[in-house]
Amino acid sequence: MKWGTNLWVGGGLVGVSILVGVFADVIQLADPVTSANLMNAEIPPGREFPFGTDAQGRDIYSRIVHGARISLTVGLVSQIANSIIGVTLGLTAGYWGGWWDDFVSGLTNLMLAIPSLIFALAIMAILGPGLVSLLIALGLTNWSYSCRIARAQVLSLKSQGYIQAARILGYGDLRIMFTQLLPNMLGPLIVMATLGMGGAILAEAALSFLGLGIRPPYPSWGSMLSDAREQINTAPWLSVFPGLAIFLTVLGLNLLGDGLRDILDPQSKERTA
Amino acid sequence: MTDSPLLAVDNLRIDIGGGKERHAAVEDVSFSIARGETFGLVGESGCGKSITALSIMGLLRHPLSLGSGSSIVLDGQPIHNASAAEMRSLRGRRIGMIFQEPMTALNPLSPVGRQIAEMFVLHMGMGWKEATERAVDSLRQVRVPSPERRVHDYPHQLSGGMRQRVMIAIALACSPDMLIADEPTTALDVTVQAEIVDLMRDLCAEKGTAILMISHDLGLVAQVCRRVAVMYAGRIVEQRASAEVFKDPRHPYTRGLLASLPRLGARSQHGRQRLNEISGVVPAVSAFPRGCRFNPRCGARTDICTIEDPQTTPLDGGQGLVRCHHA
Repeated sequence: MKWGTNLWVGGGLVGVSILVGVFADVIQLADPVTSANLMNAEIPPGREFPFGTDAQGRDIYSRIVHGARISLTVGLVSQIANSIIGVTLGLTAGYWGGWWDDFVSGLTNLMLAIPSLIFALAIMAILGPGLVSLLIALGLTNWSYSCRIARAQVLSLKSQGYIQAARILGYGDLRIMFTQLLPNMLGPLIVMATLGMGGAILAEAALSFLGLGIRPPYPSWGSMLSDAREQINTAPWLSVFPGLAIFLTVLGLNLLGDGLRDILDPQSKERTA
Repeated sequence: MTDSPLLAVDNLRIDIGGGKERHAAVEDVSFSIARGETFGLVGESGCGKSITALSIMGLLRHPLSLGSGSSIVLDGQPIHNASAAEMRSLRGRRIGMIFQEPMTALNPLSPVGRQIAEMFVLHMGMGWKEATERAVDSLRQVRVPSPERRVHDYPHQLSGGMRQRVMIAIALACSPDMLIADEPTTALDVTVQAEIVDLMRDLCAEKGTAILMISHDLGLVAQVCRRVAVMYAGRIVEQRASAEVFKDPRHPYTRGLLASLPRLGARSQHGRQRLNEISGVVPAVSAFPRGCRFNPRCGARTDICTIEDPQTTPLDGGQGLVRCHHA
């Protein structure tokens, strides 16, 4: 039952953060943006403000609840973009080989050589801060890992009998790629994608921390951490709760990735049992 | 049309490598198979049997390529220069193929019924529902017990023999004109081998499908095939009706192969007998010997064998041929 623990804990954490994001308007205690009241500034966690208030007197709990929306949107959308780009390039490069493979491999190495956060920063600097430019910046800069994994998987699967059999049975190239190769390499790709989602959430936090992510006053976990750094000694709850939210969500995604990998293997005993 | 052969391979040459490093791995190979006929291609590992089959399927990949002058004609239609799309519509639809390893030839993530049904969808334009019903029938034809339940099974839930049955069902799904069986029983238990061979023969006879059986197992080929071609180092050295080959082998290589078959209860006068063998190995493609390619391993070698390449000599009133100076 070891695999079940990963799956349930990870799935639970991710599920909770998704629910929190979806029902943010219902479970908030105050408006995350307009409830500023300097009379309530920096109140420690207590009955009225469960996570305390920030320097402008806004309820941190409500801001974190709304921040889940942004973090999950960024994580999901940018990772989907990364996966689609990476898998498409890796699959075709591994399958067709030749000059296309050389080109894609070169591009992947180029992308890996540039620190992706710096690249995203440059894109953000050109596009300006905001959610859409954040999605573009993170969605275009992290596909090299899925690309590499997809390509390596194709190269090892290509020598498998059933891929050659598919060719002999008259399957077209696209049919082989999408019905034979893709399902058989989904396991590592899904693990990669969940890890990548965690990475994207962290990258969003980092960019917002640097002031290039979500524009204030809208709440994002990264920008909340950024705002909190000056009060880290006098009002630690300002940084502890957004940090905890990031930590639990990313942990949940990583555990979920591990758990999924175990059940995606058709030969694992637990699945047939 | 009925008189013309189903498959005619003429002067087949398969090159390996390119430029200065180009060598002919298969050379001067010609044979033809009639409708519904069973034809065996026999030889040691590395003598060019499997790439001959791949060339018929149009699946030679770098560094292999079809040499100029080769001709492969299927049912009156030349296919050696067919486009990729034309070849794709032939594969599976008109030529089926089964392989040596039933363990890896099935997609592990897809139920076997779906893999059979896919052939009907792909080549006959059926809907999935109808195709799945046909898949159950196919499984019944290959004598898989309780096919209604088995269609939902994944390959790892089936034994090797069952998987080979599924492979046969897939290969014969669209009633192809020809089935290429590349060492179909090598990976199976001896008891299962006989069942699979019988099944293959019965089904093909029923559907009028010709069989090209590739094997190094002479016993199997004798049992299944009407005619046999023995290949050595990329060439056909003897090609005859299989009864003739076993009764009176003419090429020293064929004789060697037959002599090296183990026979149950075989004893010599001295009580124990060592199994015969052909000493040496098949030469590498880049180092074929001068003269007859079999001469370094041949017991009947004379001077001419090391100098002059033997031409084919007709046998059995033009029905067969042998490539040897001394035949």
